[in-house]
Amino acid sequence: MMFFADIIAATFRNATPLVYGTVGETYTERAGILNLGVEGTMYAGAFFGFAVAYQTGDPWIGLLGAIVVGLIAGALMALMTVTLGANQHVSGLGLTIVLIGISEFANRMLFTGGSLARIEPMPLWDPLADLGGPLGTIANQYGLTYIAFFLVVPISWWVLMKTPLGLSIRAVGENPEAADVAGINVFRVRYIALMIGGALMAVGGAFITLAVLGTFTLDIIAGRGWVVIALVIFGRWRIFRGVFGALIFAAVYSLGLRLRITPGFEDIPNEVMLALPYLFVILALALSGRNVPYPGAYLKPYRRS
Amino acid sequence: MAENRLGRAGMIALGAIVTILAVTGSAFVIAGANPLDAYTAYFLTPLTREFTLLEVLNKATPILFTGTAVAIAFRAGYWNIGVEGQLLMGAVAAAGIGQVVDGWSPIVVLPLMVAGGALAGAAWALVPALLRVKMGIDEVVTTLLLNPVALLVVQGLLHGPWKDPETGFPESPRIAEAAEFPQLSEFIPLIGRSRLHLGFVLAVVLILIAWYVLSRTSTGLRVRAVGLSPRGARFAGIKVDRTLLRVALVSGAIAGVAGVSEVAGIQFRLTEGVSPGFGYTGVVVAMLGGLAMPGVLLAGLLLGDLSVGASSAVRTLQIPSQVGDVVQGTMLLVVVGAVAIYRWRTTREDDRPADEGEPEPEEPPDKPEDAAPVEEPPT
Repeated sequence: MMFFADIIAATFRNATPLVYGTVGETYTERAGILNLGVEGTMYAGAFFGFAVAYQTGDPWIGLLGAIVVGLIAGALMALMTVTLGANQHVSGLGLTIVLIGISEFANRMLFTGGSLARIEPMPLWDPLADLGGPLGTIANQYGLTYIAFFLVVPISWWVLMKTPLGLSIRAVGENPEAADVAGINVFRVRYIALMIGGALMAVGGAFITLAVLGTFTLDIIAGRGWVVIALVIFGRWRIFRGVFGALIFAAVYSLGLRLRITPGFEDIPNEVMLALPYLFVILALALSGRNVPYPGAYLKPYRRS
Repeated sequence: MAENRLGRAGMIALGAIVTILAVTGSAFVIAGANPLDAYTAYFLTPLTREFTLLEVLNKATPILFTGTAVAIAFRAGYWNIGVEGQLLMGAVAAAGIGQVVDGWSPIVVLPLMVAGGALAGAAWALVPALLRVKMGIDEVVTTLLLNPVALLVVQGLLHGPWKDPETGFPESPRIAEAAEFPQLSEFIPLIGRSRLHLGFVLAVVLILIAWYVLSRTSTGLRVRAVGLSPRGARFAGIKVDRTLLRVALVSGAIAGVAGVSEVAGIQFRLTEGVSPGFGYTGVVVAMLGGLAMPGVLLAGLLLGDLSVGASSAVRTLQIPSQVGDVVQGTMLLVVVGAVAIYRWRTTREDDRPADEGEPEPEEPPDKPEDAAPVEEPPT
């Protein structure tokens, strides 16, 4: 029983950065922009969130720092793909290269030598501690996990599907010409979507440094950004389907980690367990990714003629 | 008109250079170095001595391979971003073959190494390519996701069956002497003491072949046509899916040879750090080179120069090596942005519909339902 409670608890924890990233990427892709800068944005969020928290001594101010970095990253992607109309694949990869480079450079400048810099990580919220048992274990999560599942996900669904801003985002992603004729400022809406998306991605990265680890290590995102890109397609640009995909990925990942320390499974190499979730996502895409309804203006820059 | 266009290109190029200088200059200042000294150290110093000059060619070798692999795929509109993983599989194959050929003749072993690496890279590229052409699954995602998996394969081997039995380090046993790429200094008396090896020659020959095929043969024409407009190519009777599949496999094979070159020419064993992101640097090389082979050659050499300069500036100017990555990424973003502005202005000037001048195919190639109605060309 506790075995499953442990895995469910770990699933929500490991899904959290993916949920922020997936919701963020859904905003940008719904607006017609494939943002391959997600890996770099999560990386920069993780590093700068940690650096600000270290300097101020408060992880929540660190989170604010990560959000600012994410907004800047989103604006930079918008400058490239919306204002200049540059190729989205290459702009996103370039953004990732630059953001990882800047983060590692700053890491070198700020935390060189000496002992490992650490912060007091964000505390766990434990609303059901009195209950004990499996439910208590599952509910024992970081605040950012609660915020992700109970605030960010439903609010983002509501924003995208029920508000004028969401309608504008979807309109410029489907048919920017028509949106323009209808009086929507295509450029501004795409900037907004990319900046909201960037902020969410950065929070996803910062969750790892500020809550889980309390420190920053190189290669901390380790391909989670690429998983996010897959989850958005798997989710067919729907928030809840994407979050569902993130939970499945995290469940496979958590099960693998847990099996490593389970008697009878020690002989399976660690790397096989770690590779499983990636292969799982590819399999899921192969099974469900046929004829997915890409946003109409996906990858297309918009220009007023 | 022509002068006007030339003038505009000059203005955009000037703006791009100023932007690059401003961004990278700030990075140098933050690192506590005089930007002028830093630029000299990064770009000029490596070219002034024979040893460092040869090292530039050495550092350019893997990214000439990966740049070519990326450029060929991108030209066909196939977004192979899995060159990093394909390279790693080539390295695994090279280390595997290299361990079992002790006592064989190099004349047999060296082609075997290259072929094995090419096969391994192509095999790693096969699944995303099949998913793309058979089921319309976006290759960007699948190629990207296989990169961490390839790294896990490397780590699994190095922490498991291939762990060095003597040292216990996560490194494969050293490959047989016959499997090592010969160093060029052994053959060419003009070349002084240097690590420069057969891999560099292979890379340059490969670029020449790729240039010839892409620009002078009907195969190259088909590849370029598919990249410009899959729908148009299909109307012209080109088998788009087959072209994409072959391009993907060739791209993966070239990436695999990059891995062979690093194992057989530099490391002589498989290590976890066999590729510090050569696959992603390949994207930078391909784009800076304008997806054309002469450009790829120049861009690869430029980034090799930058790489040597960045590592020597760590010692001479105490600039952290990570600044090299920032410079590289900045150059990529600014150049891609500048090209986008230039194309837009030029096409608007010519009064053509704005979207025809885009570098990427007009149709996102990953939407099979768009392509389906025109599957059969009129006969």
